[in-house]
Amino acid sequence: MTAKSTVAARPAFLPFGKTDSPRLLRALLPALSLVLVLLAIAWLNQRAISYFGFTLMLNLAIPIALATVAQMFIITGNDLDLSIGAFVGFVGCVTATWLRDTPILGTLTLLGCVGVYAALGALIYWRNLPSIVVTLGMNFVWQGLAVLLLPKPGGRAPDWLLASMSAKPPLVPFPVLAALIIAAVTYFGLMRTSYGAILRGSGGNAAAIGRAGWSLLKAKIVLYACAGLFGVLSGLSLIGITTSGDANIGNGYTLLSIAGVILGGGEFVGGRVSPIGAVIGALTLALAASPLLTFMHLPPDWQVAANGAILIVVLAARALISRREVEQ
Amino acid sequence: MMAVRRWLSTNPWMWSYLGAAVVWIAAITFTRGYGAGGMLIAALSLAVFTVVVGIGQMFVITLGPGNVDLSLPANIGLSSAVAMTVMAGDDRLVALGLAAALGCGLAIGVVNYLLIRALSIPPIIATLSASFIIQSIDISYGRGLQIKPPPGFADFTNIQILGIPLLAILTVMFTVAAGIALQRTVYGRSVLAIGQNIRAARLAGIQVGWVRFAAYALSGTLGGLDGALLAGYFRGANVDIGNEYLLASVAVVVIGGTSVAGGKANVTGLWGAALFLVLLLTMLNTFGVSAGIRLLLTGLVIVAVISAAGGEKKRA
Repeated sequence: MTAKSTVAARPAFLPFGKTDSPRLLRALLPALSLVLVLLAIAWLNQRAISYFGFTLMLNLAIPIALATVAQMFIITGNDLDLSIGAFVGFVGCVTATWLRDTPILGTLTLLGCVGVYAALGALIYWRNLPSIVVTLGMNFVWQGLAVLLLPKPGGRAPDWLLASMSAKPPLVPFPVLAALIIAAVTYFGLMRTSYGAILRGSGGNAAAIGRAGWSLLKAKIVLYACAGLFGVLSGLSLIGITTSGDANIGNGYTLLSIAGVILGGGEFVGGRVSPIGAVIGALTLALAASPLLTFMHLPPDWQVAANGAILIVVLAARALISRREVEQ
Repeated sequence: MMAVRRWLSTNPWMWSYLGAAVVWIAAITFTRGYGAGGMLIAALSLAVFTVVVGIGQMFVITLGPGNVDLSLPANIGLSSAVAMTVMAGDDRLVALGLAAALGCGLAIGVVNYLLIRALSIPPIIATLSASFIIQSIDISYGRGLQIKPPPGFADFTNIQILGIPLLAILTVMFTVAAGIALQRTVYGRSVLAIGQNIRAARLAGIQVGWVRFAAYALSGTLGGLDGALLAGYFRGANVDIGNEYLLASVAVVVIGGTSVAGGKANVTGLWGAALFLVLLLTMLNTFGVSAGIRLLLTGLVIVAVISAAGGEKKRA
């Protein structure tokens, strides 16, 4: 409710032209929601707003942000990946076992995973398949592979990974730095390069891109390969934080990643996505998921509900702004 | 051969029955014919639960791209708990409990639609957020709930008439009714029209809002019914009882030949797809494979079937 009233009250104070303000507000909404969650945390517990506070609170935000970016690439092409969570889990199992014991085999497997994603993109384009069903099937495949590889939780992350995930850079907490890098890299790649525009165009108006002579097959493959790559990075970072693997470790990530993309201002169709927004959306979800609720002394039973409520409030605010956008 | 291929390409739902037949034959070849009938009966009983939610999901998916009900698992979980609490193990309260479960599901469907309509949230995210909240309610309300279903209700979910499960017979009748509603009534035609082109449907004077509302309400209500039936069949409510029906409900709809792009639904295919999925699991169980292999093969078969059936022809 607070998000809504803040947003609604805002235009009067902003020194922007009348035509710009709703669109600008819309773009700023993901950041506003993050600030709001941070303010709430600061109000509830001042000590949390510190170098160590952020390092602790945002630790798990890195794999969530990476998975969200992976999902964003798929959504860019008007598809939806229902298998990203299971995929992250499988990558985690490979990381905690093969990557430590037989680094070459482990590396090859992870590269192979990216290859499988690229192949899925090709298959979906070639047979014109609904991505929801294909990734639904792949969800079972990754889950099965993960269970075969690591029937019981265990294994251990490679030492280099543990070391890099617990890095303590000066001044800026590591998760914040990582989020900035992820956002910058994907923003530049997807929004600022000419091929990035083609990729977004393949979701916005595939026919136009195809008639302009670009290969839609290649665009689909690139989008899926990027998703695979970021999925692998998500699994790696997750195991670097949790130190051991578990076949079910990534299960919640499918829904979180979709929610993160939408929270960050992405749309399901039309290639309208925002890399920076997606990362911010993931951070908001990660913060709202546990630290905020722990400080609010909310019973664990209701934490999932709070996540849902935050999604609803932010999206309601966005709908309000969009309506103004249309009216003007 | 060509005629068969042409027929298959115009009737994509046949793939699901073919698939079901193939896995069934593979399973009974392995057991040398032993338990062939029993396997089918068991598959029919289990397919019922997927078909019931599949019908609701089909109406929703047919509304067009982006329409999907992700709140079904949470809905089933909560409704099963509500049904068991209201029935309280007493045969006289069965009707009341069923009504409560249906009401619970209906309420969830209404909330879903209100989120979509009043807040203009995309349906996937609206039903997802709703499912988070429902899940929490279920966890705090239904945890440790150990109420057995009334004996009469539990028996009802297991009755067989001439060897065929009564629930399956009723569900087949319901499926036929749903098929008629979809193809032969103004309401069903409206759902299809909205899925094909929502703008054209609106200009043609269809009350788009009401039609969509009814589809989400129907999906919610069927989720509630499924929750009650599952609790009866598996002898008790459970927070996780609906978990597998998120993937299953979407899978049977799409494998059954309904278009994910909306506007084209297939009721007949639902049964084929549900039987296919259940028999696939039965087959893998008879082979005695481990859980990992079972998941892996299930996934590969789903991908293979959908690839073989192919998507819609690209529009030029």
